Amino acid sequence: MTFDQFIQNLANGISLGSLYALIAIGYTMVYGILRLINFAHGDIVMLGAYVAFYGVVMFMLPWWVAFPLAIILTAGIGVIIERAAYRPLRSFPRINLFTSAVAVSFLLENLGNVIFGGRPKAFERPAFMDIALQIGEASVLSYTPIIIVTAAILFAILIYIVNRTKVGMAMRALSKDIETTGLMGINTDRIIMFSFMLGSALAAAGGILWAIKFPQINPLMGVMPGLKAFIAAVLGGIGNITGAMLGGFLLGVVEIMIVAFFPDLSGYRDAFAYVILILLLLFRPTGIMGEVQAEKV
Amino acid sequence: MLPKKITLNLFSIILLIALMLSACAPAATPAVNSGDVPETGDTIVIGVYEPMTGSQAAGGQQTMQGVNLAYEQKGTVLGRPIKMVLVDNRSDKAESATAMTRLIEYEKAVAIVGSYGSSNSMAGGEVSEAAGIPVMGCSPTNPLVTEGKQFYFRACFIDPFQGRVMAKYAFEKDIKKIAIIKNISQDYSVGLAAFFRTSWKELTGSEDGIVADVNYQDGDQDFTAQLGAIKDAEAIYAPGYFGDAALLMKQAREMGFKGLFMGSDAWEAPELISIGGSAAEGAVFSSHYSAEAATTAASKPFVDAFTAKYNETPSAMAALGYDAYMLVVDAIERANSADPKAIRDAMAATKDYQGVTGSITINETGDAVKDAVVLEVKDGMFKYLSTVKP
Amino acid sequence: MKISRNTLLTLGALIIFAGFLYVAQNMFNTYILRIINLCAIYSIFAITFNLIYGYTGQFSLGHAGFAAVGAYVAALLTMSAQQKEANFFLTPIVPALATMQWPFLFAIIAAGLLAALVGSLIAWPALRLRGDYLAIATLGFSEIIRVLLVNMQPVTNGALGLKGIPPYTNLFWSWGCVVITLFVIKRLTNTSYGRALRAIRDDEVAAEALGVQLARHKLMAFAVSAFFVGVAGALMANLISTIDPKVFLFFLTYQIVGITVMGGMGSLTGSTIAACLYTIFLEVLRPIESPFTIGNLHVPGVPGMRMVLFSILLLIVILFYRHGLMGTREFSWDRLFEFFRGKKKASPLTNSEGEQE
Repeated sequence: MTFDQFIQNLANGISLGSLYALIAIGYTMVYGILRLINFAHGDIVMLGAYVAFYGVVMFMLPWWVAFPLAIILTAGIGVIIERAAYRPLRSFPRINLFTSAVAVSFLLENLGNVIFGGRPKAFERPAFMDIALQIGEASVLSYTPIIIVTAAILFAILIYIVNRTKVGMAMRALSKDIETTGLMGINTDRIIMFSFMLGSALAAAGGILWAIKFPQINPLMGVMPGLKAFIAAVLGGIGNITGAMLGGFLLGVVEIMIVAFFPDLSGYRDAFAYVILILLLLFRPTGIMGEVQAEKV
Repeated sequence: MLPKKITLNLFSIILLIALMLSACAPAATPAVNSGDVPETGDTIVIGVYEPMTGSQAAGGQQTMQGVNLAYEQKGTVLGRPIKMVLVDNRSDKAESATAMTRLIEYEKAVAIVGSYGSSNSMAGGEVSEAAGIPVMGCSPTNPLVTEGKQFYFRACFIDPFQGRVMAKYAFEKDIKKIAIIKNISQDYSVGLAAFFRTSWKELTGSEDGIVADVNYQDGDQDFTAQLGAIKDAEAIYAPGYFGDAALLMKQAREMGFKGLFMGSDAWEAPELISIGGSAAEGAVFSSHYSAEAATTAASKPFVDAFTAKYNETPSAMAALGYDAYMLVVDAIERANSADPKAIRDAMAATKDYQGVTGSITINETGDAVKDAVVLEVKDGMFKYLSTVKP
Repeated sequence: MKISRNTLLTLGALIIFAGFLYVAQNMFNTYILRIINLCAIYSIFAITFNLIYGYTGQFSLGHAGFAAVGAYVAALLTMSAQQKEANFFLTPIVPALATMQWPFLFAIIAAGLLAALVGSLIAWPALRLRGDYLAIATLGFSEIIRVLLVNMQPVTNGALGLKGIPPYTNLFWSWGCVVITLFVIKRLTNTSYGRALRAIRDDEVAAEALGVQLARHKLMAFAVSAFFVGVAGALMANLISTIDPKVFLFFLTYQIVGITVMGGMGSLTGSTIAACLYTIFLEVLRPIESPFTIGNLHVPGVPGMRMVLFSILLLIVILFYRHGLMGTREFSWDRLFEFFRGKKKASPLTNSEGEQE
């Protein structure tokens, strides 16, 4: 493999990884607070992409209106799901919450299938994302750096919210102990709602960026990214935001690099993620950053 | 909670189960009447089982566009009205088998159309074979679907032929270095890639021309790593579904691949062009028909009627769905009876049927023997290049 | 110990049940039979999941993988040599398997044993991982198994799948296996093993401190559970006559978890009932998709509506029957009699735990 090819693969790996990371953060935030594996998260990703798609195609909105609007609407849907399907079960065993999440996921996928149709739709990239950039021998379209930069900005905003604002402080307190936090006079319901909003907004952003990178959307598009992002979250130490980011990038780069170096193993690609995961968990059962409690949300 | 309430609960549940079981079987009578003709009044029931939900929903929904159009145009046979019943098989093998039994036992279908996805068809085929109800497959191309089956037929050609068509095309174009990229979790893709390889070996005497053979899996959307390994080939053969293919072409062009894309009939869908955009330009693939070349007299009116109804160009799946339904109706007409056995014999004897997707003859294994066409994407349209005889 | 009234009643019920199966097998049409068979297979899936999660507290999402192992073993062992040759037309089958053909009973047992072996392998990380980490690791194992099935063409025929598996599964096999599974797991949970498993579920550290050997008990729970999942996989393969790796996606595991929760965690009776309801409901909802007319309003059939409605129903059950249909309670003759006598005793709030203690 030449150096240029390596750079090209690295760029692809990082942009894929930043998408995994964005989606993984939603998983990790919800998990940190509710100890819930929110399997509907991948379908929120799908919703985000579809809302943006319809904003552009049906309502003729320019992308800079449609995309933020899609993120807001999807965040709203996330809140509704939390209120309707998760809050009533909060005091019950976690498997109930998990099953509820699975049912919500079924519902979103099947609704998507009926409302949007099962056939994939073409997602139009805004023109400025389609400019070819030449780095040595390697060529990269401008959306690759745009995705990475956008993801970085979103990470920065999130870290600011979690570490520097009052809501963030409440979220951190909640992840340590819901009950005690409530006793301190914090409205836990509202904070949990806020985390779902934040997580869903990031998922929607992830969905839109995903659709920009892979401009084909269908009702099941969120399943694989959702699962991979979940793996990324566990890799990083589930419940840990920095860990989720790290896990996302790691997974993206490793997936691309293994296939790039060993094309003969390409049929096993989906298994890599799990093999890495299981090996890591065996040696470090709490993930890469699992033991560092400081940033646990 | 009081134990009484629980026991009551238990009882009501068991009662409910019993009720529901009887609800799905108003005809839970002894199944000994299989000998006589299942007649439901005057209507003739044609069953359709397709994946309308689940991972293959896209294909099932495309197919149904064609079947629905055909049903609209041909709602009666032998002077009796046809009742078309669609059951969803959820892209699931177990449910495909259940769906098939439902069509046979509950809906009393005399003949059945379906299913998209060879995997679903194989599950349904076991049931229809046992019940002796003829099935016309629309697009399952895996050779195993009709293998050893007396009652399963199909309107499409099978993978070995299609693989040969594209190998021949590449050979005639004097292409020296071909890379194959296939979806290893789809039988369709795996089969075509294997038959392409075999035909290539027959044509050139060696497999040297195939410089790489890489895989991806269902749900993968990032092909950059695989493409990095095969960028230097003159052509990429990527038998797979149009969604994957469109993404693949886009990513390959973005990475600077200059060669030719070659594919298969599952590429023929408007989305290949809308998703693939300029990257799809010049792509070549084998398929069943072309409105331009007027494969048969039926092709042009079909395309016109389809475009009028759905405001889009028909996909290959839709065309095959249309043909499969019409082949069933044709068989009933020739059998001049609604008896499944008679319909089966008529189906097996189908010869030079002028379908939308070509002149169809059913051979002894139950597969359609017909011409293939090679199409090219040009100016955002599918253009006819050539016809290949079986 | 004398033969108690309840044992007699159980035996009597079993005989009546066998009689019913005999009548059903000969009288019902294939559609109904298929549904009843599927009910049995899903019951076994749910019961075994209950053993791992409901009783032992190990959140394992490996069921699809175990079922895949069982299904493939049984398929390869029961298919005839000619069928195998026809199936493996792309890549020839490994010679060792080419002519092997076993009676169904032995194939089922082999399927269970191999699945149990895989289950023990998966239990090994379970000894180190807890809770959700275990869930994702086992889910990973199950997906790795599926990817291996796709790639090992000479053994599994890859994505092309296997067809022509003899349709041996009938009501006696399927429900017979349910009865055996129920019996074995019920017996297991009633012994000291069962109490140890529940101790592990409730507090692993305390259980260990009291001398429960964690490794041994977890391993056993996984192995027993995987054995029966493998058996159910074998029944499934010989029911639909054709399998491929896509049957065993993680989606299957999710369904099993859903069924078990609906039935009630820790209630084997609940698992069986929920499995039947689940399977039958999917069929009962079918007419939703066909066109119908209410008064003057003609509603066209919307394909896919069935699954939407089904998801909503599933959600409703989960949200409103929070302990599942049966909670942790089991069916028992005593309770049945009380019900008929209309007695309201204070003591027998019989849940499965209460019964033995």
